[in-house]
This record gives sequence, C-alpha cells and structure tokens, in this order.
Amino acid sequence: MRSHLVRLRVNGRAHEATVEPRRSLADFLREDLGLTGTHVGCEHGVCGACTVLLDGEPVRACLLFAVQCEGAEVTTVEGLAEGERLHPLQQAFWEHHGLQCGFCTPGILLAAKVFLEENPAPTDAEIREALAGHLCRCTGYQF
Amino acid sequence: MKPAPFEYVAPRTVDEALDALARHGDDAKVLAGGQSLVPMLNFRLARPAVLVDVNRVAGLDGLAQADGVLRVGALVRQRRLERWAAGQAPLLHAGLRLVGHPAIRTRGTVGGSIAHADPAAELPALLLACDGAVLVRRGRGERVVAAGEFFVGPLLTVLAADELVTETRWALPPPAAGWGLHEVARRHGDFALAGAVAVVTLRGGRVASARVVVFGCGSRPALLSESEAVLAGRAPNAALLAEASRAGTAALEAHEDLHATADYRRRAARTLVARALADAVGRAKDQE
Repeated sequence: MRSHLVRLRVNGRAHEATVEPRRSLADFLREDLGLTGTHVGCEHGVCGACTVLLDGEPVRACLLFAVQCEGAEVTTVEGLAEGERLHPLQQAFWEHHGLQCGFCTPGILLAAKVFLEENPAPTDAEIREALAGHLCRCTGYQF
Repeated sequence: MKPAPFEYVAPRTVDEALDALARHGDDAKVLAGGQSLVPMLNFRLARPAVLVDVNRVAGLDGLAQADGVLRVGALVRQRRLERWAAGQAPLLHAGLRLVGHPAIRTRGTVGGSIAHADPAAELPALLLACDGAVLVRRGRGERVVAAGEFFVGPLLTVLAADELVTETRWALPPPAAGWGLHEVARRHGDFALAGAVAVVTLRGGRVASARVVVFGCGSRPALLSESEAVLAGRAPNAALLAEASRAGTAALEAHEDLHATADYRRRAARTLVARALADAVGRAKDQE
C-alpha cells in the first residue's frame, strides 16, 4: 500500500510526514505529532472526543484521513492557550467545574469556541443542541 | 477499529474521478464527506481496495436557484446548505439542523448523503418531498434520476459502480406553501426512528396540493399517496389530518431493529405525519 506525503499546519506550525492513507487525522495528531490532547473514543463520529478544527470549522478527526488534510490548518486543544494563558473557555471550564476526567473536554472546547463565535448569546436550548454531539460520562450533562 | 489497507487516489476533475471508478469498478468506493463511509471502513464493514477521494474535484460545489429549481452540487457541505437555507428555504434549514451534529455537517456532503441512501436519513426524504432529482455521470454520459426512482433499498440506490452523483435538484416549496417536519430520535442528531415531512398548499380554504414523505420506517423514504388522496380538495381540519395520517401509515412498510419495533415505527409515523401536516397547514398561505 503506497504511502503519501502530507504537508499541513497544526496550531500554526508547519508539519510534513509520510503516512499510510488509512492513518486517521486523530491518530496522526496523537502518534505522529505527539499531540495527545485529541482523544479517540468511538471511531465512528458519534462521541465527539476527537473533534478538532479544520480550517476553522469543527470536524471529527476520526473520520478524516491525514492524507486528506494536505494544505490545511488544523487547530487542536493544544492550540487554545497562549503560552501560560488559558483561552477564556478553558479558564471558564476550570472555574465552573466543567470537566472531571477531561476525556470529552478538548472536543467540547473546540466545538464551543466556534459555536460562541457564531452565536455569542445563545439560549440554553441552543447550547444543548450545539453540544449534543459530545458524549460525557462524568459530569451528568442533560440532552 | 482501523480500516483495512487501501490505495488512495485524489482526482482533480470529474473525468479523472470517473476514469478511476471505471478502472476499479467494484473494488473502489467514492470518498466524499466520509461521515458515513469512514465509520464503515473503521468497523471493516466495507473494505474497498481503492478509495477515490473526490473532495478535490473541481466544479461540484455549485449552489444556485433558478426558475424554482435549486441545484446543489454533490460536494456542497451540509453545513453550507444549512446556512444558505436559513434565509431561503426553511424546510431544508429545519431538516439540515437534524442531520448529525455541526462537526458532521462540516464535512458531510449533500450528494454523499443522497448516494449513501440511509433509510433513516433526512436528506433523501427531503429530496423526495421536494420532488427532486439526482444528476448522475458515468464515463460515457449522464442521466437524471427522479428521487422516487433513485432509492431502491437500505443503503441501495440505482448507482452503478462506475457512476458518480454530481448534482441534486430540488423543487423547493413555493413561498405560499406550508411545510412541516417532525422526527423521533433518542438524542438530537441521531438517525430518526421515524420521521415525516409534509408540504401543503391551500386554495380557497381547501388543500390544493399535498406531499407527504415518511422516513426511518422502511427500506427507503416513502411517499404517502394515500394521505395525499385523502387531503386533496378538502378543507383541512384536525379530523381530516387524522384520517390522512391513518390512511397513509396503515400499511406502511416498517422494519424492526434494536431501537424500535415495526409496530412502534408505524404508530410513531402516524402521529408524526399528523403533526407535520398540522404545521404545514398552519404555515400555508391560502390562495384565493
């Protein structure tokens, strides 16, 4: 099976690697780049733990192959903080106990970031709909 | 949970894509949004030897409305159509909000959902409700297939191995038409256990036209001609809508699985049809 060269940017840094076509973006980020903030849960797009931003929009990294991301800009949870300064969403999650084990959290943070940029004053119903694609076993969220 | 090995090609034109499909036939699968195919690859329910990634193919992302027909390029992302439809096509907007979740809709394509033909999916049902058609290309030509003929069974369409969906065409409900859409799903974004779409026009206080589609029940979206026959030319009141929903769903093809029995699906469909019709009648602007 032929391997392919892929060049992409992740959290602002350029990367280049040769990968099997079946290497998912999630596994590429975790294994090839060592960015383990992106989590692998269900591998069929349902749980949301693998959610990253591709060219600014939320996607399931488990349903994308790394070879498909040639030329793309990927943002993972590691790209939210600026040095020691947490992103406001990360800070808010910390202050308001928005996580326990943290497995679902990176996906939720990235999805919420984009959601709030588009809808800065959402209703509770809109928030629940926006986050319905993220499964969380710890915090007892409602859906 | 990782795919079996495959060769990967990424054509840049429709002709290149068709060449690849013609060359590899049943050994190849088209990769568009991947939101339905990649889970199957990850589960090894599908093991194509070749993946033809059409995401770089030029010219398949047009979105234009003219003469009452909306033409949607196969690669138009569901999220893009959702945003477009927010101002222009409320039925499509309502339906697209039910398709998976935003992250799914970022990559999922309209053409892909149609070609995948999940019987519980919203887009095939909406295409049928909008009297739609599918533009299909192969190496030596193209054909236009009406929605009513395109879907054959669960995950089964009339597409041959060397064919590519390039566009779908939709007859959007006119401004005076009313629409309704209801589905039952265990969580927001899940596939529907049962769903109903209704589009109604009124003239002189009576039903001038009605189109009712049920999805999630049988092997493909179903046009309820019995419901439409009950409604035609009559003044819509609660009793009429109840009769129409009963007539259309009495013999509805419904399947049983771990989520719901056939009987549950049929009963849910009957209620959902009544609700969709009530919404449609409420939204319709009576034309004298």
